[in-house]
Amino acid sequence: MGLEEIEREFSLERIETADGIPTYYCEKEGLLPLMEKLKSDFEILLDITAVDYFGKREKRFEVVYLLLSLSQKIRLRIKVRLGEGEKVSTLSFLWKNANWLEREVYDMFGIEFEGHPDLRRILLYPEFKGHPLRKDYPLKKSQPRIKLLRSERE
Amino acid sequence: MEKMLLNIGPSHPAMHGTVQIKVELDGERIIKADVEIGYLHRGFEKTAEHRTYMQVLPYTDRLNYVSPLLNNLAYAMAVEKLLGIDVPPRAKWLRMIFGEISRITDHLTCIAPVGMELGAFTIFLYMIKAREFLWDVLDATTGARLTTSYIRIGGVKADVPENFQDLLKKALRETRKAVKDVHGLLSRNPIFLKRTRDVAVVSQEEALSYGFTGPVLRSTGYYYDVRKAFPYLYYDQVDFEVPLGEKGDNYDRYMVRMKEIEQSIRIIEQSLEKMERGPVRSEDEVVEAYEAIKASHEGKYLDGKLKLGPNLEGMEKEVYYQIMAKVPRYILPPKEDLYRTMEGMIRHFKLIMSGHGLRPPAGEVYVPVEGGNGELGFYIVSDGGDRPYRLHLRAPVFSIMSALAKMIEGHYIADVIPTFASINMIGGELDR
Repeated sequence: MGLEEIEREFSLERIETADGIPTYYCEKEGLLPLMEKLKSDFEILLDITAVDYFGKREKRFEVVYLLLSLSQKIRLRIKVRLGEGEKVSTLSFLWKNANWLEREVYDMFGIEFEGHPDLRRILLYPEFKGHPLRKDYPLKKSQPRIKLLRSERE
Repeated sequence: MEKMLLNIGPSHPAMHGTVQIKVELDGERIIKADVEIGYLHRGFEKTAEHRTYMQVLPYTDRLNYVSPLLNNLAYAMAVEKLLGIDVPPRAKWLRMIFGEISRITDHLTCIAPVGMELGAFTIFLYMIKAREFLWDVLDATTGARLTTSYIRIGGVKADVPENFQDLLKKALRETRKAVKDVHGLLSRNPIFLKRTRDVAVVSQEEALSYGFTGPVLRSTGYYYDVRKAFPYLYYDQVDFEVPLGEKGDNYDRYMVRMKEIEQSIRIIEQSLEKMERGPVRSEDEVVEAYEAIKASHEGKYLDGKLKLGPNLEGMEKEVYYQIMAKVPRYILPPKEDLYRTMEGMIRHFKLIMSGHGLRPPAGEVYVPVEGGNGELGFYIVSDGGDRPYRLHLRAPVFSIMSALAKMIEGHYIADVIPTFASINMIGGELDR
């Protein structure tokens, strides 16, 4: 299926980027059906990340999905705009590595993924306060001391 | 049946890097495994948002620290794409040569522990010895073994030294010898085969679903290499093969890496032949500084030793010219320019001082290269300022590590460490 057909079917908004990778904005409700459709062509989910436009845009977050089709030799970028506290559905049952990638986005930005089987912090420890890659998290903010587990104290 | 919970790591002598694996055991067999990462997290992405584009470069050395030049390359290429500048041909060939040297050191560092975990300590010594020769080449050119920062935005820091070809050829000879010896010792060794064949098998579908790239994906027999699928630099002008495995077990991962070392050596040898000649310096030729500066304004490099003032370490010091794109707006001037001319000083000031700096146009860019472990890409969002608004590293190891728990389930506890070694986890890249 060509990209133009998908663009029309899901009424996506295309933007131009410097690297020439086709980039589309998608509504968060339409993400799951779109990704289910794309799964047949795009074998690899390369990356999930997010960008925080705090104070710059009305909806502060943008979740960025990067897909790779080896048969067609193209990459595809899908973006979803999210406001504070809004959730987006998980892709962990379509691509297995989405599980960890979404955990990282949750860890760093606090964006929650609906239906994720195991949404907890991945790079940071559970007692960490706040989400460090948000723009309103200061670079040198210090964290409260945490209590050691009983087994480590003894 | 009584289950036992065993905690391997985070700091354990057998683990390479700091990772915790919690395994549920039935006897010696693993029923369930859980991998905890993040012990080497140092906030690279957050730090990068607060550094200028040039200041980020040294941080990239510390990502995959066994192939630092490939990280430099990916970052430099991403920023160059954002700026829209092109690199001189000689710099491109040098980037290819050093990228492939880094790939070899990466693979050597991966195979060495695989052998060591299975009791073949000789393999470790052979491989590390060969790596040492390659690092001599890096040392002579970049001045450092690990933290090179050699490939910079716009080109490479310096031209290669005179004895570069000899050093490199010696290193390649040693590497070939080590690879041949290890082939003889391991590839048909019954003990090694018993321990690695059909251990931690990953099917092609699973590998794709987990987002594997690089040697680990190719070990399942899937043909994907960024250098072939999306050629960058001059990879379309050299002749090399992409080795494939059959089953995707530990043995295939070992074998694909061994074969890739040979292909990388082939690429280096072809690049050396095809690369245009650099400036040749003769012993008795001495160039006055003002002549060199005058020539550099016209975009030329003069051969010979540069005659420097006594405040610049004397005229005896060898000068290696940087090979950079001729875009004064974005590229730092050579140090000879900086100290001798007002124009050079102003250019330097405009690029280094806070509030000025390198300012790419607003936009976003994702540029991948074939790293040691797979597709290594930088995603940079620029808002037109002198610092990246958002910088994200697509680390190949991250996706591969997410499958580790699945890979070791059903196998013996003794297979955990070889499996873990065969996917070549690098903490710096994984945890960022």
